[in-house]
Amino acid sequence: MTKYTLTINGKKTQVEAEPDTPMLWVIRDYVGLKGTKFGCGMGLCGACTIHLDGQAIRSCQTPISSVKATNKITTIEGISAGINIDHVVQKAWIEEQVPQCGYCQSGQIMSAVALLKSNPNPTDDDIDTFMSGNICRCGTYVRIRKAIHSAASEMKKK
Amino acid sequence: MEKNNINRRNFLRFTGISGMAFVLGISHSSASIEKTLIEPTEASTLLLSQPFNFTPYIIIENTGKITLYNSKPEIGQGTYQSIPALIAEELEISPEQYTVLQTNGEIKFGGAQFAGGSMSVRMSYTEMRKAGATAKEMLLTAASQQWNVPVSECFAEKAQIIHKPSGKKLGYGALVETASKLEVPKNPTLKEAKDFKILGKSVKRQDVPLKVKGQAIFGIDAELPNMVYASVERCPVFGATLKDYDKTATLKIAGVQEVLEVERVFGVYKSVGVAVVAKNYWAALQGRKALKVNWNYQGKDTFNSQEYTKSLHELSKKEGVIDANVGNFEESFGSASKKLEAFYETPFVSHSPMEAMNCTAFWNAENKLDIWTSTQVPSDVMREIPTRFGIKAEDVTLHTNFSGGGFGRRLAIDFIIEAVNLAKAIKKPVKLIWTREDDTQLGPFRPPTFSAMKGAVGSDGKLIAFQHKVISPTIMSFLNPNNDKTKLDGTMTEGISHQKYEIPNMKNLFVYSDIHVPMFWWRSVTSSTLAFSHECFIDELAHSAGKDPMVFRLEMLTKDSDTKRLLQKLKEVSKWDSALPKGKGRGVAQWEFFAGLGGHVVEVSKLSDNSVKIEKIYAVIDLGTVVNPDTVKAQMEGAIVMAITAAIKNGITFAGGKAEQSNFHDNPVLRINEVPKIEVHILAEGGKEIKGVGEPGLPPVAPALANAIFAATGKRVRKMPFDIDKLV
Repeated sequence: MTKYTLTINGKKTQVEAEPDTPMLWVIRDYVGLKGTKFGCGMGLCGACTIHLDGQAIRSCQTPISSVKATNKITTIEGISAGINIDHVVQKAWIEEQVPQCGYCQSGQIMSAVALLKSNPNPTDDDIDTFMSGNICRCGTYVRIRKAIHSAASEMKKK
Repeated sequence: MEKNNINRRNFLRFTGISGMAFVLGISHSSASIEKTLIEPTEASTLLLSQPFNFTPYIIIENTGKITLYNSKPEIGQGTYQSIPALIAEELEISPEQYTVLQTNGEIKFGGAQFAGGSMSVRMSYTEMRKAGATAKEMLLTAASQQWNVPVSECFAEKAQIIHKPSGKKLGYGALVETASKLEVPKNPTLKEAKDFKILGKSVKRQDVPLKVKGQAIFGIDAELPNMVYASVERCPVFGATLKDYDKTATLKIAGVQEVLEVERVFGVYKSVGVAVVAKNYWAALQGRKALKVNWNYQGKDTFNSQEYTKSLHELSKKEGVIDANVGNFEESFGSASKKLEAFYETPFVSHSPMEAMNCTAFWNAENKLDIWTSTQVPSDVMREIPTRFGIKAEDVTLHTNFSGGGFGRRLAIDFIIEAVNLAKAIKKPVKLIWTREDDTQLGPFRPPTFSAMKGAVGSDGKLIAFQHKVISPTIMSFLNPNNDKTKLDGTMTEGISHQKYEIPNMKNLFVYSDIHVPMFWWRSVTSSTLAFSHECFIDELAHSAGKDPMVFRLEMLTKDSDTKRLLQKLKEVSKWDSALPKGKGRGVAQWEFFAGLGGHVVEVSKLSDNSVKIEKIYAVIDLGTVVNPDTVKAQMEGAIVMAITAAIKNGITFAGGKAEQSNFHDNPVLRINEVPKIEVHILAEGGKEIKGVGEPGLPPVAPALANAIFAATGKRVRKMPFDIDKLV
């Protein structure tokens, strides 16, 4: 077991774990943030998507030993500033009623936030390319596309 | 109305109730609506002291807080909104005025706490509205008594009773005590549809904010003090038994606590695996990898898909048992000049919900058992677990969380039995999580079906003889140990004799095929495969008759029917009669079955690289009555995506007795870049019959797509899955 310092959603946290432990399980079971989900364990489905310094990464493929204390980790719990939902992407997700079972949606939203950060005005093709790493078995894809477009136009208004 | 006996105890806990509360629900023993009053003293003990033998669907506290119970698990289909909405509509409360709680399979609340068969809204529609209307009438009477005015001068709005002439208002909370002392009205008046404020409207779902914040609690999110984690190595060869295992290396892994044998039970299928229990899940997984396990394959390691397929082809020569026999098929087919025969195949498929199977269980020192899981069947869990484990039902508490998808997989409780087995043995809270590989490889799977089709058209171009013979293994042989294999299994011929086409001579048959691989219900069950063979073959017959496939179908529907209306609507919305450019084609299919009725027109293009692109899908669902149009639309979109996956992507094949696929790389599901445009239309013309929503969008997709491919390319597809990138 090794001691690690992590910066998650702006808070410093001490964790003791085996170096090869994926961040997915560290975040869920050591830190106790359950919004990040286990889907495949192979980086194939995107349910475990988090941000590392603003980049969308698959936490199931990221061992804790590869994360520095200075890296900023953001999870679904950290994208709205307070307890209210104030992030434009989350608001769009509600407006378009995207989730069905909702299990993959943390990962979908984390990917969408990263997409809009790098490309504030994505086309359908841009969305398809960026979001194709996130599986939704309920089939909410049509609404994900719509919600990303509406989040993009909301962002332009600001 | 029986007088409440304040001194009798029961086991219903109402956490969070701080004062007096009016409780109203349905008694499943007498099928009547019952009510009671919780007094502050009892409520504060959090243990209700009432003879409380009904499902408490409505709780109104004197603080004004309103709680509505949902007995249909939320698996993505929207029951968290649609079921309480039925109560709220009649009770005159708006969505932000009530909290929703999920029931947890409590025995006394009746056996219908499940989500399956597209049944939830259909089963609840009248009962829940009646409950809401009953409570509203009692609140109205209570207010009129308090004010000493005629009840006819009062009305209910937004959790208040209002006296129209004076404008006086009383919140529901203030009426709790008076209302609960009233007789329960036997025949409350239900609202007319034109007065609905919630039903029939696209109301936003209350679970959505939780789900976008990462705050919805799924089964896998259960967390208890001192909880341990388990992963189980099970033999991927079905029918194998455990020979021996070496746990030496496993026990050396930091965090691993113990290794033990654990049984999984799915219907008549039983297997024993080796569980690794550890302080954290990663250690359990590493420990599992380090295990050395030997299995007795019992000869089952030679089972493979190719030979099984061959055996089904062989079996198709058998006559089979009759599903339906109309007119004289043999004679009309025998004497027809234009005959067609074809053989259609569909594979095993996995359910693959995004949340893999998991269950947390704690069997404590006082022999009380708590279970946290994602399940479609709280009632089944509470029926089966006590019996199987010899524990009293009142000592078992189920905590039904949100389900990360179900699709039928969570109608089974094999993973719950497995977790309880572990909990009983180790007496610690234990969270069992299946890996994606476990989920993909270990079943139960949707059964494969093979269809031997025969048909003939007369000189007038009309279908005169039709035969659909299904050759398949059965789900029932796993669920019922006394299953009679010589009899017809209607679940495997689902829908083939009940389409509305008027066919003068039809003989449909079923041939049983034995198998040892566990199989189960899958969204839209056998209709998901039989609609493919049936509706593609109808298309083949249309072409053989030289007719447009839409016209061919409508000509077989001379009588008025929902199917006829549905096809006419599809024809209209898809602009079926408009010409398509060269290289494009459209196909149509419909399907009526236990869940309801849906139909699609699919448009495809043949691309220059000879692949096929799905351009657009027009969908129509026939409902009679609709509770939330936007949820219906979402369910149709989802069913279409799942159906395209089954049509062109995944399928489980076997070699050496094992499933050859293991995760999303070799058992792919549709991704966002592969989803066509989807246009959904709802037919809700107030028909008498309420039809299901979750499943009818699925069966017609594969045949409509295959028929469109034929229209665009001339290539007839008769086997699922088909690769649209390499078709032509």
